[in-house]
Amino acid sequence: MVSPPPKIAVENLRVSYGRREVLHGLSLTVAAHEILGIIGPAQSGKTTLLRCLNRTLEFIPHAAWSGTVRVDGEDVARVRDVHALRRKVGMVAPLPVGLPLTIYDNVAFAPRCAGVRDRAELDARVERCLRQAALWDEVKDRLHTLGTRLSGGQQQRLTIARALSHDPEILCLDEFSIAIDPVTTMRIEEVLQGLRSRLTIVLVTNLVQQARRLADRTLFLWNGEIVELDRTEVIFGENPRDRRTYEYTRGFFG
Amino acid sequence: MNPPPFSPTPLVRRKLRQERLAQAVLAGMVLAMVLPLVALITYLVVQGAPLLSWSFLTTNPTHGMREGGIWPALLGTIYLVVIALLVAAPVGVLCAIYLNEYAGDNWLTRLIHLAVVNLAGVPSIVHALFGLGAFVLFAGLGRSILAASLTLAIMTLPVIIASTREALAAVPQAFREACWNLGASRWQTIRHVVLPNAISGILTGVILQVSRTAGETAPIMFTGAVFYKKIAAGDPFAYALNDQCMALSMHLYTVTTQVTNAPAALPYAIAVVLLGAVLAVNATAILLRTRLRARQKW
Repeated sequence: MVSPPPKIAVENLRVSYGRREVLHGLSLTVAAHEILGIIGPAQSGKTTLLRCLNRTLEFIPHAAWSGTVRVDGEDVARVRDVHALRRKVGMVAPLPVGLPLTIYDNVAFAPRCAGVRDRAELDARVERCLRQAALWDEVKDRLHTLGTRLSGGQQQRLTIARALSHDPEILCLDEFSIAIDPVTTMRIEEVLQGLRSRLTIVLVTNLVQQARRLADRTLFLWNGEIVELDRTEVIFGENPRDRRTYEYTRGFFG
Repeated sequence: MNPPPFSPTPLVRRKLRQERLAQAVLAGMVLAMVLPLVALITYLVVQGAPLLSWSFLTTNPTHGMREGGIWPALLGTIYLVVIALLVAAPVGVLCAIYLNEYAGDNWLTRLIHLAVVNLAGVPSIVHALFGLGAFVLFAGLGRSILAASLTLAIMTLPVIIASTREALAAVPQAFREACWNLGASRWQTIRHVVLPNAISGILTGVILQVSRTAGETAPIMFTGAVFYKKIAAGDPFAYALNDQCMALSMHLYTVTTQVTNAPAALPYAIAVVLLGAVLAVNATAILLRTRLRARQKW
């Protein structure tokens, strides 16, 4: 049996900000419809790795990278239409950023940028994405109020709805739960469970238990190097290959 | 017996003394700034009051500028400022958008930034000479309203660029990143998210900067302003772009230094009109800002 080609393939990825190298040659693959958890202490390069996937690293001054990142087999560095790449790779930032627009316009922003003008299609898409993000029932009566007026947890679900609005095939979540309460976190985790049949998810998280709950495989990143990448049961089991993994997942260091 | 709770220790008393002193000194400085301003305006209005009237604003000067009104100077100043605004605002704002949103951080943009900052410090008389050379002589515009306005525009460009960049920088970077993550291009991001939130700051900055040029004398003296020009009184379209014109600042200078036996109230009255015009423009800017701020969305 031929194994399906990986959704994301990273090869020997090195990233430096100015003279400081922060990723020291990462190689990994993510299969389609997989949830990959990425854990690791602050400053270990988790966000930088995500920024390479949709090439938003370009917006950071003095950032340079080498190695290849392939999405669906295509080298992202050679992608002509970088905006199409970013629509394919949805991104949810750590702090919820409601754009200073109405709830409706927040979700309709990306489709509009991609050229969708048809009102009925926009309406349908906004409803679908808000439903997927478990926000529809709370906001359906006030779609035309400002997105920035929502509570923190609602705004984070709004950003997830927004990230889904351009029909991504990959969804990257960068510590989405640091600004929201546990109840909302659990609701979003349920949402992600529901989306896994359709999407490939890269979940960066500070909460190791979150990776344990959701991820098929977990990557432990430390100081810009992969310490270990294995099935989640192994990483969180009694015998991961690296002792540091054991200590980190048990909270002995970090 | 215990001391009552909250009774101040010597250390706390010293802190309170410092607090009172700081407040007194700082408030005193504000007073030192406000008092002269109030005194100045009151003095000007009291001195100029005998001449101020509607016909003073709308008639030509007569009897060698000793009597009559200031219509040509008032209209001239309006022409100069409005045309300078129409030229400088788009160029300056677009420049600032490029510098703030597109240009990378490299030696060239740093050099441009340095040039802009230095240009803002160039004395207005130097701008006047530049305007004389570039617009009047080289471009062949002659001494005209157009040449004078262009000189004023060049002079305000750097400050417009600086204030616009400030307004753009006040829009949180997180908004831009969120848009880029959604696959929006830089222009889409600027058009739909950055500009709507920066527009109040940009507009007020531009208006405030341009209104300051109303008082400039040196740049227009060489490039298009004249001592005396008779135009149709009360007709707002009395000047053509290639005409020379009178201007309030210049007129004030003329009647105080060149005209003998002018009535004592005349320069004060002109000053009040000039000041009133600038204040009116600034008030518009502030009004505009509060209106747009109310629509601000975060």
